[in-house]
Parts: sequence; structure tokens; C-alpha cells
Amino acid sequence: MKRNGIFFWIGAAVFLIAIALMTKLITNEYPFFAGYVILQFIVLAVAWSILGGHAGYVNFGTSAFFGMGVYTAVFLFKVAGAPLLVQIAAAAAVGALMGFALGLLTLRMQGIFFSIATIALTIVIETSITNWRYVGGAAGIQLQRPPVTWPFSGYVQMLFFVQAVLVVLAVVVSRYIQNSWIGRGLQALRDDELAAECTGVPTLRLKVLACVVSGALMCAAGAPAAMYLQYADPSSAFNLNYSVSTLAMSLIGGTAHWAGPIVGAILLGTTQQLLTVTISSEVNVLVLGVMLVLFVVAAPEGLIGLLRRVRDKRKEGKQ
Amino acid sequence: MTPPGTSAPLLQISGLTKRFGGFTALDNVSVDIRPGERFGLIGPNGSGKTTLINCISGAFRTEARTVVFRGEDITQLPAHVRTRRGIARSFQIPRPFKSMTVVENLMVALDFAVATDPLVSAAHRHETAMSILAGMGLASKANASATTLSQVELRKMELARAMATRPKLLISDEAMAGLSSSEVDEVLDLLMSLADQDITVIMIEHIMQAVMRFSQRVMCLDAGKIIAIGAPTEVMANQRVQEAYLGT
Repeated sequence: MKRNGIFFWIGAAVFLIAIALMTKLITNEYPFFAGYVILQFIVLAVAWSILGGHAGYVNFGTSAFFGMGVYTAVFLFKVAGAPLLVQIAAAAAVGALMGFALGLLTLRMQGIFFSIATIALTIVIETSITNWRYVGGAAGIQLQRPPVTWPFSGYVQMLFFVQAVLVVLAVVVSRYIQNSWIGRGLQALRDDELAAECTGVPTLRLKVLACVVSGALMCAAGAPAAMYLQYADPSSAFNLNYSVSTLAMSLIGGTAHWAGPIVGAILLGTTQQLLTVTISSEVNVLVLGVMLVLFVVAAPEGLIGLLRRVRDKRKEGKQ
Repeated sequence: MTPPGTSAPLLQISGLTKRFGGFTALDNVSVDIRPGERFGLIGPNGSGKTTLINCISGAFRTEARTVVFRGEDITQLPAHVRTRRGIARSFQIPRPFKSMTVVENLMVALDFAVATDPLVSAAHRHETAMSILAGMGLASKANASATTLSQVELRKMELARAMATRPKLLISDEAMAGLSSSEVDEVLDLLMSLADQDITVIMIEHIMQAVMRFSQRVMCLDAGKIIAIGAPTEVMANQRVQEAYLGT
């Protein structure tokens, strides 16, 4: 366990250094544009699996959180020209509040009913933003990026690095939850909520906690997207694709381990980017669907589950 | 062991009524359980036995002061707090944490139900879990997945998990249903040994010889009302119990 911990922190540091070096060494902007999207999906998938994986509450409202992150940034930028870090921090706070509300919802709704309620949440929020003129309404809003500050050579490079920091943050939180008593409690309540409660697990408090953490991370991941696109409109910020992709990435990677959603997000995110460039952005939705069906049938516990099964078989073989 | 009848009651149920819509599942039930008592709860299907223990363990809420545990009104407390106060239960249909191993099932109880002492390390808690499992004869299954257990092993694991919460009152909801007669004896011996460790046990059971052997006192419910309470032989001899329950 201890040695694992050291490896983990070294890995995280190497990752950030590599990202920082990339922003220095690569001059073409495209890799950052594409890489940013993948990093953003890693944060979303890791955050999603805190609630969806550990606690087993399937959230279709990723786009609600993501979009709220975008619009928190838009609002703060328009009202006060707030710097990027303030936008992200504020988005995290908004996401935590939304997560709290969602957590209270679990008091009355479980299983499929919870999932349906999260879709409703997305629609309610999107409709409200569409009718809010100040942030652009249905027509959307153009944003002018402020000049980039040292040590970055371009704004996209900076956003790329910031999103990488969010990835590390999300993974650290998810890994901590998995390895601590919180993870054990969430796992217990996912298996059987009544039995967990009768074994001393404060189920409501843990569910609310998972919702708050998951929501804060998703909103934070959305905040830089406003500056990334220099434009925001409700139908793309609250696009249901964010929910579906995030869910597919987590499930395809596997939610039994914190690394699962990362693997899934890299795999699917890269595929989607390649397809968007080479064929069309509509085809990647199709591919997403096909992959999801394949995995549900062939490897219901995702790539991580598949790996574990292979490893266990090998162990048995040796014995 | 404290001899029954000498000290203040551990659990006081007074005037407990529970309705579901127009159906009265429990009708003005009052009973005191004494510390260290082995208490049998019988009654035909649908008579309110499980409803009663759901009210005690917190799955159902009831009116104030209808359930008093160790002198404290617990009706407003959620189930997990009641578990921490010392009320543990097993379920009629076993409810294991399926994604965990047997020992992990117990670790949930040790992590959450027992007052967390930072000095008690994870390794120590693991040891505690193992010793409880050994006491139940499940030590060899500790690292097996809970889904691979047989029915009798599942029942034992549920009791072990309940024991890991360090209860003062253990409620066993038909822990012997569906077991063979030798398995019934095994589980019964386990429950007897728990009662010897100064744990008060309420046992719901349909298997009569088990109830007779185990209980110091038996209560019979029918349609949500207490129709008899007292020594096992007296209750069995009661005309109404025989009509309602034994169907003669």
C-alpha cells in the first residue's frame, strides 16, 4: 500500500511535468486543442464514477454540471472580468451546491428514478439559462480571451495545463475516496442500502458527500471551456453528449478502480477525436453507442474488470 | 449474566402502533425486554413480527417515546445511529454486501458502527473481524466473496456482521428459515453462545423446537396484537396461540 502510494505521487508529478514540457516544446496548437478535450473528459469520467461507480447512483446530469461550470465562468467573466482560477473555483462551489441538492434527492429517489430526475435537472437548468439574456440567452455569447500570462506561450496551452491539474486533483480525490472508509461505506450502500444503514453506515450523509464532490469536480471541469471556445451557448454547453460520453467512458473503463474511468476516457476520447477529424462528428456518437453495447455484453465490468478476470484466471492456472 | 427481572428494562416498547394506509400492522404493542434476556417472538405470517423489529431497528419511524432503548427515546434516530447505540439485526432474507469478501462485510461494521478510536489501526480491526469469524466457524471463508457462500454460511455471516457492531441487543429475524435440522442446531448454538456474552437476543422464528429451547420468554403476535406472552410452555399451551398459530 505504502509503495503504491509513492508510485502514484511520482506518476502524478511526471504527468504534470510532461504536460508542462509539452506546452514549451510543441509549437503547433492543434495537439493542445484535441488533448484539452480528452483531459476534460478524464475529469468528467473520474468525477462521475465517484457517485456512479462507488455509490451506484447513475447520474445522467453530467451536462447540467458541465454547463453550469461554463456559465459560471461566463457570468463571472462578464460581470467582473474574473481571472480563470476564480472562474474555476467559483464553478466548483456552484457544483458543490448543485451536488448537495442532488444528494437530497436521493432521499426519495433511487435507481432509475434518480437517473430520470437528473435528466430533468439538465433540462430545467438549460431552459433557465436559455432565457437569461445577460449571459447571451439562446443566441450564445462571444468572449474575448485576456492576454496570456507567463510562463505560457498561448492561451490554449495554458488551458491545457490547467485542465491537466484538474485531472490530477480529480484522480487524487477519487483514489482517496476509494481507499478510505468513505469508499467502503459507499460500496456497502451500493450493494444494499438498508443493510448498510443497519450496519452503522450513515448512508444519506455519504451519498450527499459523493454528490457534492462529484458535482464540484464536474462543474470545475466545465469552467475553462468558455475560454477554450471563446463562445458559449446553452445547447452546446448543456449538450446531452457530455452525459452520454462520460457515462460510457466510466463504464467502458470500469468503475471498480479509480484508474478505470481514466482508461475509458483516454480510449474513447482519443477515438472520438480521431473520428471527428477523419470522418465526421456524427459518426463518433454512433461509435460510442456501438462500443457501449459491446462492452455491456462482453465486459460488463469494463476494461478494469476484464483485466482482473484475466489476472485471477492466471493465478488459478499457476496454482 | 444478569438474571432477568432484576434490573431496568433494556428496551421498552410502549403503545406502539404502525399503520400502512388503512392496514394496521401493529396495534398498541407494549413489551419490556430485560437486559440479558433471550426473547422469542412468534406469530403467523403477516402478524407484524418483522414490522416490529423494523420499528425497533429504525427502518420504520414511529411516534415519539414508543421505543425507548436504555432509557433513551430512540424514535427520532436514524437506523445507523441506533446501530451505534447497540441495536443490531439480521435480515429474514440475507442481505450481504455482494461485491465484498466475507471479512470486508464485517469491516464495514467495524469501520462505521463502532466508535472510531484513531489508536485502533486497520490491522487491529481486521484482527477483530477475524476473531469474530472464527467464533462463528467462518474463518476459512474470510477471503471468499460473499456471493459464494451457502445459505447457512450467509446466515452466519449476517450474525457475524451484526456482532461486529458490538450490539447490546441483537435481533435475529428467522435466521434458521430454510436450513436443515443440523444447521438449525448450529445456528441455535451460536445464538445461545451470544446470549452468554451478555447480549440480549430477540429471536423471530417459526421452528418451534428452536424457540422452545432458546427462549426464556416468548411473545406471540397475531394481526398486530399481542395474544400471549410468558414462559415458552405457557404460551404454547395458550388456546388462542394454538388457534392462531398452530392452526388447531
